[in-house]
Parts: sequence; structure tokens; C-alpha cells
Amino acid sequence: MKNITDIQNEIIENFELFDGDMESILFYLMDLGKKLPAMPEAHKTEDFIVKGCQSKVWVYPSFMDGKVIFEADSNTEITKGLVSLLVQVWSNQTPNEILNSELFFIEKIGMSRMIGSQRSNGFSNMIKQIKMYALAYKSTNN
Amino acid sequence: MSKLDIISIRNQFPILHQEVNGKPLVYFDNAATTQKPQAVIDALVKYYNTDNANIHRAAHTLAARSTDMFEDTRKTIQAFINAKEVEECIFTKGVTESINLVAQTWGRKFLQAGDEVIITTMEHHSNIVPWQMICEEKGAILKVIPINEAGELLMDDYDKLLSSKTKMVACVWVSNALGTINPVKEIIQKAHAFGAIVLLDGAQACSHLAVDVQDLDCDFLAVSSHKLYGPTGVGVLYGKRELLEAMPPYQGGGEMIKEVSFEKTTYNEIPYKFEAGTPNIGDVIAFKYALDFVNEIGKENISAHENALLKQCVDGLDAINVKTLHATSLQDKPITLIGTAKQKVSVQSFVINGMHHFDAGMMLDAKGIAVRTGHHCTQPLMNRLGLDGTIRASFSVYNTLEEVDVFLEAVQRLVKLSNK
Repeated sequence: MKNITDIQNEIIENFELFDGDMESILFYLMDLGKKLPAMPEAHKTEDFIVKGCQSKVWVYPSFMDGKVIFEADSNTEITKGLVSLLVQVWSNQTPNEILNSELFFIEKIGMSRMIGSQRSNGFSNMIKQIKMYALAYKSTNN
Repeated sequence: MSKLDIISIRNQFPILHQEVNGKPLVYFDNAATTQKPQAVIDALVKYYNTDNANIHRAAHTLAARSTDMFEDTRKTIQAFINAKEVEECIFTKGVTESINLVAQTWGRKFLQAGDEVIITTMEHHSNIVPWQMICEEKGAILKVIPINEAGELLMDDYDKLLSSKTKMVACVWVSNALGTINPVKEIIQKAHAFGAIVLLDGAQACSHLAVDVQDLDCDFLAVSSHKLYGPTGVGVLYGKRELLEAMPPYQGGGEMIKEVSFEKTTYNEIPYKFEAGTPNIGDVIAFKYALDFVNEIGKENISAHENALLKQCVDGLDAINVKTLHATSLQDKPITLIGTAKQKVSVQSFVINGMHHFDAGMMLDAKGIAVRTGHHCTQPLMNRLGLDGTIRASFSVYNTLEEVDVFLEAVQRLVKLSNK
């Protein structure tokens, strides 16, 4: 399994290919969203909605063999692509790795330009929620 | 078709001459706010460079100059809406404050338990919430005029809602989400027959339609500067003199007083009674230049051009539907127009089947096209229509038919994308 830093560097490299062309970036994000494994409808409950997002976003955690697995979905394709990046970086990692990691890819790929400050708030809520799940699994395991 | 020289009009708007995401900006979010002509920007700069002083008090030259210019805007807006007297025009922060002022002063004094306030299904939240607040406080009841599928008021239902209990009809003149022009003259006449007061939310109407408050016989009209080519943070509340005089002040402070002692304060005359504190002087002064801009072109010419833009947009969206149905095995039209009233201003809402409006808004932005997506601060209207939002293109005098074509081409791409 690749570590969190390597995955982030790969994401940055992939985005560099678009040379800032916004339409291509959005198409790419939508494609990434489509590649996310389908999230069971039963997991899309109020409890797993990320608060503060303009569109609906669900993040559902589970714990297997010491690693946290994240499922995610959204009712808008671009947001689904954005959340898929977080899943790519953080799913299948240990709680400690998640909690100790720093997300540097967000700034490097110019995320704020893509989503504006209002949606950035929603995005930072996704990050907080994922870290919170990792913390919860860590404490139940200790 | 209009006779306007759109290129020379566009040249008065420096902001339009830029690229967004590598593409020439196409600004179709005019119902949210219009851009400002150079004359308005220049007036703001000149005010702070040469005339800045607090108004109505000091004896010095700068104060006299800024006071004269401030009051000059009041005279210009009086003429713009054809108010009988200049004192009937009160400066506020905007339409939201104008409506809150009436709800909090007129409402607090004149509404009683069991009284009824009538609004419409297509109100902006700013003409819903202030009335909900005062109705809750007073035990009054809020009633809502329903609409048909095209987004037009059901006037027969309005007739049924009116009664001797009706004290206020607060109604949007032009819907921001749908573009519908409501039959406000008829609404006013019918309300007056029951002795009710009428407030019109003129946020969208005043930049498109001729305004004559005496002919309409409305009791209050809320006007926005920033949707009328003027600065943000300025609005006007027009009210009939006898009503404004009967209303208690809105906020306490400077300007609104006649005399203050610790025992008792007496209040100033209208309009100053409602203008507590130092107002937004520079922006009010610059607002005059926005009104001059509109007057110079003429509302008839503006709406003729805007209607041509709207027609091209609607025809183009219809054509995309026809073309797509012809070329694919789809059963349903890919684009649904939202708001198809017979009487409309240059606003078109729509949804694309299979594509969320946020995605559409982002994709259009990538092409340099600014539209509004979402519920447009009209959640009850969206609920009525069974939608969680729309894509809204809204046109202004400086937009061109070529820009509409660029927009239609981008929408065509979105439709293809949504069918993938």
C-alpha cells in the first residue's frame, strides 16, 4: 500500500498535466467521481452527511484489519470527484497514519480556486469528519 | 429589436472586458447584481477625493457640497419612480432593510392579533422572513397566493384570500427566480378595496420596467441600487407621506431626532426620521449616476434589447431540446424551462435532466460564463416547483446576442455530457 505522501504527490502530478485548464480539471474530477465504488443506499443516512456542504455529501467509515475504509458519495459529480480525492488519500490507512498526515495536495492543485471559499468550508468539514472517524477508531482500539 | 449601440454601452463597463478561466467573461448573473458603469465608479472616486464630509450638520463648504449631492440623488430617485414628494423617498441599505423597516415600524404599530398579511409563493426570503417575524410577534396570520406551473399568480385565489382581516399585501413585482412580472396594479386595486396596505418588492422590477408609484398607487416600494447599476449598500424605501408620518421611527440615533433630552426625545420629520446615523453618503451620491445612466438610455430601449436577449435564449434552449430528441433515443426533453409566464423580464431559469445545477454552474464558469445556480433565496418557491435549485441566466442592457450564442453552445455541451 502506498503511503499518504506518495498518493498526494501522484495527485499533484496528475493535476499538473492540465496546466490550469479549468474545464479539463472539472471533467477529470467528474471522471474520478464516477470511479468511486458505489456507496450502498443504506449508508446514505442523515448521520453520515457532511454538514456545511452546499451539495449533499456522505462519508461512511468502516474498520478492517487495523485500517479505516471510507465510502463516499455526493449528489453532484464535481463534489463527488473532490471527495474521491480524500478517499484516495486516506482510505485503507491506519488511524495513526490518517491523524498524523498533513494534506498538502489541496493547495498544490489549486483547490480553493476550483471551489471558492463557500465550498471550501464544506471541504474542510469533510476533512474534519474523516479525521474524527480516525480518532474514534484509534481510541476504541487502544 | 433595439436601436441601441450595445458596444458603446459595454465600453462604459470596465469589468466586462476581462477573461475568466481563459475565456472572455460572459456575465449573465444580473439578477443577483448588475455591473457598474464608469460614471458610477468615477463618482465614488471623486466623492472621496474631493467632497467627503458628513452631511446635514456642519457649516463648512465640503459638508454643504456633500449634502447637496446626497439630496440630489433623492430628487433623482423621486423623479425615477415618480413619487409625489421628495420626502417620501428614504435611503436604506437595500431592499431587505426597506422591507424590514416597514415590517418593524408599520407592522409593530398597526398589526394586531388575527390580522392577515398576504404574500406570494414566489417571494424572495427577504419578503417572507420579516413578515413571519412580525406576524409571530403580533399573533397575525401570513397567507400565501399560490402560483400555476408557468409561475404566474392565481388571481382567483388572491380574491379568496382578501378580506376585511387583510391589513398588508407584500408582493414581489418581478420574481428573481422566474422573471415573472406580477399584475401589481390589479393586486393593489383589489387590496385597497379591502382597506389593506400594499408593499411592492421592486428589487428586480426597477431595472427593467417603467416605475410610477402614483399611477400604481402602491403604498410602499422597495428599491435596490446595486441591481440598478448602482453601488451595493444603498436602497430606497418609497412610502406615502401619511403612512410614513404615522409610523414610529425604525432606529434611534443621530439625524432622526428633532430634540433630545434625557427625559424625552422628539423626532425629526420624514425622511430623516428613518435615517438614523451617518448614511452611506458616497454610495448614495454615486447611485445618482446609475439612475442617470438608465434615464439616458431609456427603460423602453433597455427592455426591448433585454427581451431580444431573452427570446434568443429561450428559442436556443428549445432548439437544443428538439435537436437532442431528434439525435438520441431520449423520451424526455433534456432541458426544462422553469418560469414560462406570459409577462416576463429577461431572466430564464432552467434545469438539465441528469445534471446537478452546481455541476452545470461550475462547467459554465470554466467557460467564463457567470450564471446563478441554486435556490435563489426562494426555497418555498423551489419546494412548490419540486426542485432543489435551477440554473438561472439573467440578462442586462450590456449583454449581447453573441454572448447568448456562446452560452447556448456551452449549454449544448452540458446536455451532451449529461447524456453520456
